[in-house]
Amino acid sequence: MSVMGTSGEERNDYTKDESRQIRQRSLRLLGSLIAPVRLRVVLTMAVVVVSTAAQVAGPALIAYGIDNALPALIDGETLPLVLVVSAYLFTGIVGASMIAWYTVLSARVSQAILFDLRKRVFLHTQRLSLEFHESYTSGRIIARQTSDLDAIRELLDSGINQLVQGALYMGFIAIAMFSLDWVSGVILFCALVPLGFLTRWFQVRSQLHFRETRTTSAKLIVHFVETMTGIRAVKAFRKEERNREQFGGLVENYRDANARVIQLFGIFDPGLVLIGNVALAMILLVGGLRVSTGDLAIGALLGALLYARQFFAPAQEMAMFYNSYQSAAAALEKISGVLEERPTVADPTTPIDLRKAKGTVTFDGVEFAYNADKVILPKFDLALPAGQTVAMVGTTGAGKSTLAKLISRFYDPSQGTVSLDGVDLRKLHPKDLRRAIVMVTQEAYLFSGNVADNIALGKPDATREEIIGAAKAVGAHEFIEALPNGYDTDVNKRGGRVSAGQRQLLSFARAFIADPVVLILDEATASLDIPSERLVQAGLQTLLSDRTAIIIAHRLSTVAIADRVLVMEHGRVIEDGTPQELISGSGKFAQLHAAWRDSLV
Amino acid sequence: MSPQSDQPERVKAVGTFTAIRRLYPYAQSAMPFIYLGMAAALAAGIVALLIPQVLRSLVDGPLQSGDSSQIWPAFFIVLGLGIVEAIMIALRRYFVLTPGTHVEARMRNTLYMTLQHLPVSFHDRWPSGQLLSRAVSDLNLIRRWLSFGLVLLVVNVLTIIVGLLFLVNISWVLGVIFIVTSIPLWIYGYVFEKKYSIVARRSQDQTGDLATAVEESVHGIRVLKAFGRGKHALVGFSAQAESLRGTEIEKARAIAGIWLWLLLVPDVMFALGLLGGVWLVVEGNISAGDLVAFFATATVLRFPVESIGFLLSMTFDARTAADRFFEVMDSANPITDPEHPETITDSRGHLQFTNVHYRYPDSPANVPDLVNGIDLSIEPGETMALVGLTGSGKSTITALTTRLYDVTEGSISIDGVDIRNLTLIELRRHLAMAFEDATLFSSSVRENVLMGRPDSTEEELREALSIAQADFVYDLPKGLDTLVGEEGLSLSGGQRQRLALARAVAAKPAVLVLDDPLSALDVDTEALVEAALRKVLSSTTALIVAHRPSTVMLADRVALLEDGKVTAVGKHSDLLATSSHYRYVISSLEEEEQEVSS
Repeated sequence: MSVMGTSGEERNDYTKDESRQIRQRSLRLLGSLIAPVRLRVVLTMAVVVVSTAAQVAGPALIAYGIDNALPALIDGETLPLVLVVSAYLFTGIVGASMIAWYTVLSARVSQAILFDLRKRVFLHTQRLSLEFHESYTSGRIIARQTSDLDAIRELLDSGINQLVQGALYMGFIAIAMFSLDWVSGVILFCALVPLGFLTRWFQVRSQLHFRETRTTSAKLIVHFVETMTGIRAVKAFRKEERNREQFGGLVENYRDANARVIQLFGIFDPGLVLIGNVALAMILLVGGLRVSTGDLAIGALLGALLYARQFFAPAQEMAMFYNSYQSAAAALEKISGVLEERPTVADPTTPIDLRKAKGTVTFDGVEFAYNADKVILPKFDLALPAGQTVAMVGTTGAGKSTLAKLISRFYDPSQGTVSLDGVDLRKLHPKDLRRAIVMVTQEAYLFSGNVADNIALGKPDATREEIIGAAKAVGAHEFIEALPNGYDTDVNKRGGRVSAGQRQLLSFARAFIADPVVLILDEATASLDIPSERLVQAGLQTLLSDRTAIIIAHRLSTVAIADRVLVMEHGRVIEDGTPQELISGSGKFAQLHAAWRDSLV
Repeated sequence: MSPQSDQPERVKAVGTFTAIRRLYPYAQSAMPFIYLGMAAALAAGIVALLIPQVLRSLVDGPLQSGDSSQIWPAFFIVLGLGIVEAIMIALRRYFVLTPGTHVEARMRNTLYMTLQHLPVSFHDRWPSGQLLSRAVSDLNLIRRWLSFGLVLLVVNVLTIIVGLLFLVNISWVLGVIFIVTSIPLWIYGYVFEKKYSIVARRSQDQTGDLATAVEESVHGIRVLKAFGRGKHALVGFSAQAESLRGTEIEKARAIAGIWLWLLLVPDVMFALGLLGGVWLVVEGNISAGDLVAFFATATVLRFPVESIGFLLSMTFDARTAADRFFEVMDSANPITDPEHPETITDSRGHLQFTNVHYRYPDSPANVPDLVNGIDLSIEPGETMALVGLTGSGKSTITALTTRLYDVTEGSISIDGVDIRNLTLIELRRHLAMAFEDATLFSSSVRENVLMGRPDSTEEELREALSIAQADFVYDLPKGLDTLVGEEGLSLSGGQRQRLALARAVAAKPAVLVLDDPLSALDVDTEALVEAALRKVLSSTTALIVAHRPSTVMLADRVALLEDGKVTAVGKHSDLLATSSHYRYVISSLEEEEQEVSS
């Protein structure tokens, strides 16, 4: 089994080799993200080192003040006191301003990395073929770009900061301690042993429980969203009580998982305080005994005690680092997997320009299969001359939509070539391909923004006149004008009130304004009421006169405007001819047509 | 663009205290524990402050005199105090742990139940993401504030006051230095809070917008690909990501500002303390032990002082979260069970519309009612088709029958009982619906189909599936137990629609309401479903929204809707003969059809 790309994402039984492969992949990604900002990373590190050193200087200066400046002042010498106070102020100002600078610097670095990563994932998912989108599912692609990126953001924002600052802080305190009084330093070092055990215990346990809170909250969220988006069905079928039980159970699981995490903190946090306080008492004891014998100055003892009190403060946050690291690492693994996916429908390396296409579509020895056992379209040849309007008829699964997707290059054929005006679609410049061939599908997706924006998606530089012209041509103008703000109505705000049929009209207008030489309509009139459909068809007749059109429809009425009908069954074209020929024949189409005519009266 | 900007029902300005006090009913049972937690935390704080006092007497006593025998008792006192502090911290956490999570869970369940009962018109206005953030992150925040923020805020303020008393007791000069130098911190903390909350809110909004852009780019991938607009989408996305980056850096600047003060002020205070303290010792006003105790106490107080700004901001956040929670809880629910519900004893399934009106509450005054005075009687066992152009109000009428919306005028009754006088449960037992956009829930096929009547037999289940031509379910990986919906297998539009139809059929209601239930089916399947439905419809009262002539053929009579009014009722053939509008709406492209065959 391979772990290339997103395959194996659902597995959790990686072999050592596979784990290494995945780890290296995420490290490579991380490296490539850091490379452009490495100079700033170095600067940021330098700043944090200086700032932490300055911060840690305080107690040592106090010790010096008490042990040296105080006696000096008694002797009438003010200079040491002035010096130590100035030094204190100086380190304070340097420390504080460096920390402030560091905060901004590190935000800049992490935001630059996030921005880069966001754009890369976005662009890459846009490039990946439809096949990938369909098998990987939209929910997971969205999760990669939202919650996974959040996990990485969390690590960059606070996790790394806390780790770096905490480690430096503890390191510098240890150094200061040793230089101030090495015996106290040894005691502090001894305290590191129980601290290490406690932290390790916390990490292991909390990792488990944190994962639990994440999975329980994910379940809760899925259930919640499903209820809210399906609220009509919930109400109509009295699912409220059953839902209350289910949701109540999920809430309880989440609550308990959360409680377990808090419980861990309830042990960890006082445990840290306890270790710190015992160390403090020990330093006091040993130091006090030595002060009383004159081996240690009082100020040095105070300095050691102040250090001891501060030493353990970052431990808790550092322990948390492991958790944010864990989830960010998991996120990075998945994201790097998506980025590793190669688009099966790739852009050509040396594209051929085709400025003015005529619209001849040719299938030459084309076969399409998802894999060897699942042939959707067996090998066939087909020529659609420029300007012809072709209707495709057949039951669900006959292969009509697949054929359409080959023409629009949503898929590439497994064998043979599909070409436009003799140019293989795989070699055609993507810009020219999309300008020449446009497909309108049944699900008429509207993007947030207003009605005009949605139509103009077909031609981003369209003027308002052109947009209105397109709407009029497909018969959408009337209902748009009736919307609260006409063409400026936000489709999301009133989304609930733009019916499926109206959405379809808008996507027609979108295709109309794009003005392609080859137009593919895949079930594009399914949700229209009959008068609208009639209107669209009347418009189509003029619209399609000078371009190649492929129309897929369940309803045979569409056939009326076609020059040619293809009847498909099990991936093969079984009948091919003008409507008149086929109707007067005795084939499948003649039967379908007779049945349909009967249903009309 | 922004989901925030069209967020309904903005909050009115009330004080933070008032807003947060509304949480009390939910937190009531937890309050004694929270008070106990505060007591433990205060004890921990005071214990920590006592340690410097021990140092003070130690430095002034045995350390000066060199009497090492006194050091051991001091060690045990400090050790004892240290242990007590740790125990008190453990106790604080122990006390607030369970009540906090229980309050959160209780609020979450209450919110969920309220949302389930709020009318569809509420859900039309609120995007589910907005509701989700309330149910998850806002309640999370309230829990953390209740069991952590509130406790520490109260306790740290008290600890600071006690600590100040200790400082003043050591030396009033040093005490004053401490108070005076900390003033800028309080002021800046307040200013920061205002600045920060604005940027933080903006960052939240922009994150939401960016997520929306991602979702659209994925859901609309076919359109983007079909028009080759991937680059175009990237430009828009980059611009949004760029402004989020700007906001995040601005946020970091605000944080850097507060850090500067939080670190600088104590350092200045310590420097001044050192200067003043040493001078006071030399002057003989205080002892060396006093000076040691001052620094030790000030070090202990450093965290409580630093934390005030952060705890205040947490409190403001909790207030916002509480506001957002109550925005939903306060929403009026006009569609509720009647006070004195009636029941239908002998259910025959007579559906009667009497002068029914419906208009959206936010419709402009000059727009006529969407449903504008409908009188229609559907006799027991009769099947009525509802035909009309897009936007004529067909779907709205079906939604009115099951009280997804309430009529704004007139009434709908089943067997002579106004549906508003029935409990919702009873109404929806008598009347089942299938929607055009079929929703499946994350559970097995079986559970999805039997939602309306969970106690059905296996036989009835299979029958419903076969009527809806949903036999494909037997070929699914686990047959009827296959998980579908968001967390399960994804089915095609046609497959979902057939399951939704099976669900409505399996409910065996007295009245069946079908909103264009066959739109996603291909011609062959549609014909099969229609043939099977005929049997069901012969014994059930039904209202069917129809687009195609073939669906109309299922009905005994047809009601023609025009601009929210029923303009004709009759048999399909009669209406074809008498109503030109009906011919316009329902009869397929006859003219073109003739052209083809000629």
